Amino acid sequence: MPMAANDIETMIKDALPDAQIEIKDLAGDGDHYSATIVSSAFAGKSKVQQHQMVYAALKGNMGGALHALALTTRSE
Amino acid sequence: MTDIHALIDSEIKSNDVILFMKGTPQFPQCGFSGQVVQILDHLGVTYKGINVLESAEMRQGIKDYSNWPTTPQLYIKGEFIGGCDIVREMFQAGELQTQLETSGVAVKSAS
Repeated sequence: MPMAANDIETMIKDALPDAQIEIKDLAGDGDHYSATIVSSAFAGKSKVQQHQMVYAALKGNMGGALHALALTTRSE
Repeated sequence: MTDIHALIDSEIKSNDVILFMKGTPQFPQCGFSGQVVQILDHLGVTYKGINVLESAEMRQGIKDYSNWPTTPQLYIKGEFIGGCDIVREMFQAGELQTQLETSGVAVKSAS
């Protein structure tokens, strides 16, 4: 069952309250999104760790309901 | 350590550069896997491709191994580098070439 953009945003905001999030629906199928996320919580973390933080926020949906989420993460 | 975990671990440790992907380097079966193949081929890097579609156990096992929910997954000298986004971002910033060179992996063109 695909995910709605605002569900993705809500889940990320729950885990990263200060996050500024910009989500684009790449294919209109609720399955392929890109997201640019800026949060101070990423500071000092490697890219892999930053993306893992986002995947953890999505509570197992990544790779399942959500097939593709092209991520760009920054700490500022 | 489960069998699949041990297999993944030994593959990663016995190949300088290894890409767990959907399909093969010759015939990628996913756009994201294909992008990483293009980058590695452009850099002229010798690498091993492992097709996770050949085994459901491998497909899930690699996600558990790295705590990363998707493929492709690129490893250099045993270190998990990332998926398509991170590899592309690193390549565009020249960081992938630097990582390969400092890891002692031959890179054809540094551009």
